[in-house]
Amino acid sequence: MNYVDEKYDVVVVGAGHAGCEAALACARLGLKTIVFTVSMDSVAMMPCNPNIGGSSKGHLVREIDALGGQMGINIDKTFIQSKMLNVSKGPAVHSLRAQADKLAYQTEMRRTLQETEGLTLRQAEVSSLIVEDGVVVGVNTYSGASYHCSAVVLCTGVYLKSRCLYGNVIEYTGPNGLKAANNLSDSLTENGIRLRRFKTGTPARIDGKTIDYSKMVPQYGDDPIVPFSFTTDRDSIQKKQVLCYLTYTNEKTHEILRSHLDESPIYGGVIKGVGPRYCPSIEDKVVKFGDKDRHQVFIEPEGLSTNEMYIDGMSSSMPEYVQYEMYHSVEGLEHAQIVRNAYAIEYDCLEPNQLKPTLEFKKIKGLFSGGQFNGSSGYEEAAAQGLIAGINAAQEILGKEQIVIGRDQGYIGVLIDDLVTKETPEPYRMMTSRAEFRLLLRQDNADMRLTPIGYKVGLISEERYQRLLDKKKMIEDEMARVRKINFGANERVQNFLLKNNSTELKKGVTFKDLVCRPELNYDLVASLDDTAPELPLEVREQVNIGLKYEGYIERESKQVEEFHRIEDKKIPENLDYELVPSLRIEARQKLSTHRPQTVGQASRISGVSPSDISVLLVYLKSGKYLDH
Amino acid sequence: MNTDTIAAISTGMTEAGIGIIRLSGDQALVIANSIFDGKDLTLVDSHTVHYGHIRSGSEIIDEVLVSVFLAPKTYTREDVVEISCHGGITVLRDVLNLVFASGARPAEPGEFTKRAFLNGRLDLSEAESVMDLIHSKSSLSRKVSLSQLSGHLSNEIKILREKILHETAFIEAALDDPEHYDLDGYDSKLKDMIEKEWSSDIERLLHHYSEGEYLKNGIRTVIVGKPNVGKSSVLNRLSGKEKAIVTQVPGTTRDILEEQITLEGIPLIIIDTAGIRDTEDIVEKIGVERSEKELHSADLILFVMDKSSGMDQEDKRILSLLPTDVPCICLLNKEDLDSVYVSEAESMNERFDAMISLSAKEGTGFQFLKEEILKLFFHGSLSDPDEIYVTNQRQKYELDQAMNSLSLVVKTIELGMSEDLYAADLMDAYRYLGLIIGEEVEDDLVDKIFSDFCMGK
Repeated sequence: MNYVDEKYDVVVVGAGHAGCEAALACARLGLKTIVFTVSMDSVAMMPCNPNIGGSSKGHLVREIDALGGQMGINIDKTFIQSKMLNVSKGPAVHSLRAQADKLAYQTEMRRTLQETEGLTLRQAEVSSLIVEDGVVVGVNTYSGASYHCSAVVLCTGVYLKSRCLYGNVIEYTGPNGLKAANNLSDSLTENGIRLRRFKTGTPARIDGKTIDYSKMVPQYGDDPIVPFSFTTDRDSIQKKQVLCYLTYTNEKTHEILRSHLDESPIYGGVIKGVGPRYCPSIEDKVVKFGDKDRHQVFIEPEGLSTNEMYIDGMSSSMPEYVQYEMYHSVEGLEHAQIVRNAYAIEYDCLEPNQLKPTLEFKKIKGLFSGGQFNGSSGYEEAAAQGLIAGINAAQEILGKEQIVIGRDQGYIGVLIDDLVTKETPEPYRMMTSRAEFRLLLRQDNADMRLTPIGYKVGLISEERYQRLLDKKKMIEDEMARVRKINFGANERVQNFLLKNNSTELKKGVTFKDLVCRPELNYDLVASLDDTAPELPLEVREQVNIGLKYEGYIERESKQVEEFHRIEDKKIPENLDYELVPSLRIEARQKLSTHRPQTVGQASRISGVSPSDISVLLVYLKSGKYLDH
Repeated sequence: MNTDTIAAISTGMTEAGIGIIRLSGDQALVIANSIFDGKDLTLVDSHTVHYGHIRSGSEIIDEVLVSVFLAPKTYTREDVVEISCHGGITVLRDVLNLVFASGARPAEPGEFTKRAFLNGRLDLSEAESVMDLIHSKSSLSRKVSLSQLSGHLSNEIKILREKILHETAFIEAALDDPEHYDLDGYDSKLKDMIEKEWSSDIERLLHHYSEGEYLKNGIRTVIVGKPNVGKSSVLNRLSGKEKAIVTQVPGTTRDILEEQITLEGIPLIIIDTAGIRDTEDIVEKIGVERSEKELHSADLILFVMDKSSGMDQEDKRILSLLPTDVPCICLLNKEDLDSVYVSEAESMNERFDAMISLSAKEGTGFQFLKEEILKLFFHGSLSDPDEIYVTNQRQKYELDQAMNSLSLVVKTIELGMSEDLYAADLMDAYRYLGLIIGEEVEDDLVDKIFSDFCMGK
C-alpha cells in the first residue's frame, strides 16, 4: 500500500525538453507543480544531436520563446556555435541553429527549474496513474508513494519500456544507459490508452583527440550571432565560437555496411518499431540510396567540458566491431576511438489521435501529454508540445479557456494539428513544407504572432507585451510612411543604384519599387531617404520583409481567410457519425475514430473527402444531431 | 459564409433551345457584368431581366437574356445571375469558360443546393435530401470523371505530376537541409523545364483533351466502304435525315458530306466519303483523295461492308488503306437481306475494335453501335450525359489553373525571388492536376522528399 505524499496541482512525468517547459509553464502560472524524472542527471538532457534549432525547428524555438517558454533563453546562454541557415533564400525559411554545450544546457535548465517558485524536482519513476470516473486524480511512484493532483502531463520521451540495440546486443535501458521506465505503459493500457512502438537512433561519440581534423572541412559559425530569444540582447551573446567539421563516407564505408547488413537488428528483423525516414541510419542510407557514392558526415563538439565529438550523419545499430570498421573508413576518422557506441532505441509511445488539439486526452479529463511520447521526434518539437500541454493543464485547473495554436498562427499549431489529426506512421519531425502558410509563419515574426497569446495566458510580462506593441506601432508607421515616398531619376539616386549594381531609373519610382529589387533592401533604400527615422534593427527587418514580399504575403493572407471558412466550425463532442446520412463508409469510420473537434480538422483526416465535409456541414446546420 | 462565386450550366445539355448558366456568390454580378454588353448589371434592380450580348474581347459570343437576383431573395440567398444563351451546347460551353476565366469557379456537385441550405433558404426538413444529393452527385461525378479519362490521358497527367512533385521535393529537401542540397542555379533550370516541357505538356493535354474535344467538336467519324454498301443509308439512319443521295448506282456520293448528330449527348461529326476505289472520273477522284485525307484525321472510322455480298478484294483494299492508329468499327450492313457468311471479315476480328451487324434500311443494330462508341470514347455507358459535360468543364478548368500556377512560378523566378516563394505554386499545379485524375495530395510531398532524397544527418 502506498503512502500518500503531498497534494500538487500538477504532476509532470518526465523532465526532458517537454517536461521542463510544461513544468515551468504551470509553476509560472502559479500552480504547485512537481516534476518526476528517472534521474536528476537527465533533466533537459540532449541524448542525440548537440544542437538546437535548424530548418523549421528554429521556428519552433522562436515560437516557444514568443509564448513565454524557456528553450530559446536556455540555448542563448549555453550555445557554442550559431548559424542562420538559408540566408540566401526567402525570409520564410531562414532558420537559426546553434550548437549547444550539452552539459551546460542541462545544468542551466535544471537551475532554472530549481529556482522557480512552486516547482519541485523529484527523482522517481511514476509507475501508474490514478484515474477515477474518467478523471485523472493522481499518480503512484515505483518507490511507493501516491501523489494527488488535479492534472497530469505525460512527457515520458523515449523512456517507456525502452531498449537500446546494436548488433545482437540488447540493453533494457533508456538513452545513455539511463534507467528505462518499465511500469507506466501497463497502467496506461489499463486505462484504455492505445500505445505503439517507435524507434530512433543515434551515432557514436568519438574521442576528439583521435580525430584528424586536417582532413576535414571546418564549419564556422556566424558573425554577428543572432539570438533565439526575443528577450536576449544581441550584443551580450557575441562570443568566440567552436568549429564543426565536414567529412564524407566513401565506397569503402558502404561496402563494409553492405557486407554486415544481416548483423543489423533492423535488417535482421529484431527491431519491430517504426523508424523515421528523415533521420535514417547510415545503413539505411546505403540501402535506400545505393547510387550515392558518398554521404556527408558532420563532426560536432558535444560541449566545452568534454572532448567527445558527435558523428552527425552516421547513426547506426551495427555491432560494435562493425562500428569501428565503418567509422575508421571515413577520412579523418582512421584512428578514431569510440567513447559511446551508436545504437538504436525502441520505445512505447502514444497514438496521438487520442488527444484533443489542446493535448488533453479525449477520454481522460485532466490528463495531458507532450513530446516524443506523442510520436514526435526532436527536442524542439518536444518542448513546443510540452509548453502547450503545460499551459492547458494550468488553464484547465484555473478554469480558463485552453489554447489551441492555429495552423495559420504557428508551426506549433501545424505540429500539434498534424499529430492529432493525421496518421503519422513514424516519429514526426517538423518541416517548413508542412506549413501551408509558411510565408506568414516566419521565425522573425514569431513574437508578433504569438506573444499576445502568451500575454493573455499570463506567461508574458506586461513590460514585454508593451515592447511588442511599440514595435508593431513602429512597423506600421514606417510602412505607411514609405508608401508616400517616391524617388526621381536624379543624379544621387542614379549614383546610388550604380554603386549597388542596380539598373538606373528611366522615370520616377516608389520607395517600395526599389526595395523590391533583389539587389536592394530597406536599409539601403532608406539611406537615400533623408526623412527616414532611426529605427531598431528588428523594426527595419520587418518593414523590409513587409515591402519586399508584400504580394506574396497578401496572397497567403487571403488563403488564411479562405481556410477559416470551415476551420473553426465546431463539431459537437458526442456526434454519432452513424446517424449522419450519406457519409461514405470510410469517412464515417475515420471520423468516428478521430472524433475531430472542428470541421477544419475533419477535413484534414485522410479518407474524408470534400463531399463528406459538405454533407457534414449540412448535417450540422440542420441541427438533427440535437434530436438524438 | 461562402465568399467565392460558383458557376455551372443549370439546364440540361440538350442540343436544342435555350441553356442557362447560373452564377452565385459575392462576385456574381461583377463577373457577369465584365462579359456582358448591355446595361450595367451592377446597377440594375433585383429580379429583372436584361437583353444584351456576351462578348469575349471584341468577339460577340451569343445574344442573351440576363436575369439578376440580388441577395437575399434568391435560391442560394447569395447574389445570383442567370445567363440564358441561345446558341446551343458549344456556345453555352464558351460562355461558361468565359465566366470561369473572369473569376468564378466550377460549382461542386450539388453546391447550389448546399449553399441554399446552409444559407437558410431551404427548410431544415430538407437536410437529408440535400445530403443525399451531394453524396449521389459527387459519386456520380467521380465515376464519370474517371470513366472519361482515357488511360493515356491520365497517364500523361500522372507523369507530369510526378515530375512536378520530384522538383518540389528537391526544393523542399534543399530548404530543409541546406548544407546537403544546393539550389545554386536551380531557378533557371526550373524555368526552362516549365517553359520548354511542362507548359507544352499541359497545352498538349488541353489541346488533345480528347473527351473535351469530342464534346466540343464532336467525334470526327468517317464512314468508309466500297460503293453501294450503304454508307449513306447508315448516315441517314444515324442523323435521321435524308441528306445523302441514296441510289443504287455505285459512286453516287461525290462529295464529302458532314453531319453533326448527337448520340446520347455526345456530338458526332459524321463524314460520309466517296466510296474509295480507283476511278477515272475526275470529280469522283477529288472526292476519293479527300476521303483518304479525312481518314487520317478521323477519331473514329466506321468501315461498312455488305453482309449480303461478303468480303471481296475491293473491301480488302480499302481495309488496307485504313490507318491502324484510328479506332475502327466494322459495320456489317444489310443484315435484313440473306447474309453471306463473312468469314474473312470475322477472321479479321482483331483489326477492328468491334464488329456490328445492322441494317440501315430497317434501323436494326444501331443501339449496339451507340454502345460501342460510348465504350470506345467514354469507357462504357454513361447514365448522365450532362454530368460528362460538367466534369469536362471542370477538368479543363483544373488544367487551366495548373497552367496558371506554373506561370506564377516563372513570374516569381523572373522577379529574382527565391525557391520557397514559388514552391507553393508548384504544389498548387500538382494539386490541380491531381483533381483531374481524382487523386488527393495528402502527404505526397513529404513522402517524396524522403523517398527521392537522402535526408537528415
